[in-house]
Amino acid sequence: MRYAVVDSWIVAKRDLIHWVREPVRVFANLAYPVISVLIFGLVFGSAMNVFGGGDYIEFLLPGMFGQTIAFGVGSTLMMVSMDADRGVTDRFRASPMSQTGVVAGRSIADLVNSSLELLVLALCGLVIGWSFHDGPLNALLAFALLLWLRFALVWVGIYIGLLVKPEAAQASWMFLFPLTMFANTFVSPELMPGWLRVVAEWNPLSSTVAAARELFGNPGVGGDSWAAQNSLLLAVLWPAVFVAIFWPLSVLKYRNLSR
Amino acid sequence: MLAEGLRKRFDENWALDGFDLAVPAGTVCGLLGPNGAGKTTAVRILATLLRLDGGRAEVAGHDVAREAPAVRRQVALNGQQSTVDDVLTGKENLVMWGRLYHLSKRQAEARADELLEQFGLTDAADKRAKQYSGGMRRRLDLASSFIMRPSVLFLDEPTTGLDPRNRGEVWREVKRVVAEGTTVLLTTQYLDEADQLADQIVVLDTGRVAAQGTPDQLKSKLGGDRIEVVVRDADELPVVADVLGPDAEVDPDAFRVSAAVADRVAALTRVTSALAAKGVEAEDIALRRPTLDEVFLAITGHKAVSEVRA
Repeated sequence: MRYAVVDSWIVAKRDLIHWVREPVRVFANLAYPVISVLIFGLVFGSAMNVFGGGDYIEFLLPGMFGQTIAFGVGSTLMMVSMDADRGVTDRFRASPMSQTGVVAGRSIADLVNSSLELLVLALCGLVIGWSFHDGPLNALLAFALLLWLRFALVWVGIYIGLLVKPEAAQASWMFLFPLTMFANTFVSPELMPGWLRVVAEWNPLSSTVAAARELFGNPGVGGDSWAAQNSLLLAVLWPAVFVAIFWPLSVLKYRNLSR
Repeated sequence: MLAEGLRKRFDENWALDGFDLAVPAGTVCGLLGPNGAGKTTAVRILATLLRLDGGRAEVAGHDVAREAPAVRRQVALNGQQSTVDDVLTGKENLVMWGRLYHLSKRQAEARADELLEQFGLTDAADKRAKQYSGGMRRRLDLASSFIMRPSVLFLDEPTTGLDPRNRGEVWREVKRVVAEGTTVLLTTQYLDEADQLADQIVVLDTGRVAAQGTPDQLKSKLGGDRIEVVVRDADELPVVADVLGPDAEVDPDAFRVSAAVADRVAALTRVTSALAAKGVEAEDIALRRPTLDEVFLAITGHKAVSEVRA
């Protein structure tokens, strides 16, 4: 058990050193959300309507937080599939290290990375007019919910990462991008055509984003559907469902590497 | 290291189909065969990375199926790809693996320094592995396998893709650790590599042992190296054949005479001076080792079939 903790820290440290030593990658990671905030907030923003009224930048920021979190799954599965491809995973497996450590280390590193992205985005948001209005405690709770979703997505990323080659992992953006747009991230689902609206309302990402809006006191909260009205509950439940499905699947897949 | 009747199936294909192996402690066994013969599969099973579908295997006194954790404490695996982390320095790479092998921080650092020294990497210790040459990376990779002084080392095609100088460096390190008592199972596609390093060679063909023995035994089975002499004038062919001895094969169309030789360079010297004494001017004289394909053909009687799965 002690080794599980030590090992996961060692594995996480490896990733963190990567980020520190390759600032270009960190910069690229951070640049996308920052640029998006500027494009959507300042360029498209004036043409955007928030359903039920309210400032678009106030509406946008929680959506951006959500998209950043969802994109994180792409980097998780990239790292996992690269390690598997380069034989690093085999080395881990043939060593006496704690096998929990491998994945726990991955989670720690990814959560630290995502926290950093959220921090930069939040600072950027504060500069262009976003703010939280329900006190720091609720704001922290909102960030906690976002990271809870990130944690759940680590398991999705590990499972898929063990399944695909790095080349395929790179293509994951193609799926992630629409998945983060068919949601309440940039536009209220109320403004979408009927069927898409249902998809967007029940999109797990929407629940986390809506819950974050509520906790930050940002506009665009609520709606007619059960999903929209119970976003706080769903923001806790959806990630729990992901963990419940993908944790055992990942463990099974990892064990079956020896098939 | 002992394997009895190992079987492993991928979908419909038996990658290993009754594979036997016995490697005495402290020796090097070379596993030779073309792509798809089952070399890597065998290594992965013995290193506890793959489950077997039949037979049994023991490594360092422990059963690989039932006592995998005990096996893992005694073995190290060096795969075809380098697991060196480019962004970390040489020393950081070794310390990381040391920590993952559950050494304390201080122990891991001391061991890293020791290994860097042994593998001639002290000067590059604080450089990022990205700046290392191919041979240095391979040595660093090897060094990381030695952190726990494993009693058994698996080397899966350790010099594939390295230039001759770097291959020499890797061979030297392997010989050094063997001298310290490590048992090595080496897979390779190169006959000369097995020749250089192995006490015993096992030739694999479609999942079974096709031949085994010491390098010398296998070579004599094949007739070993050949010397080839090409002349300008067909009239000189009988003279050359006479020099090369009773086994000489004459190919009149190519103006070429060839014969098996046992002692390479000595034979070359002998033939050159004998030809000069007889006044024959050769167009070309060459020593040729049998290629793996020829070895394979000679041993199994059929050409190497490349399979999808190595």
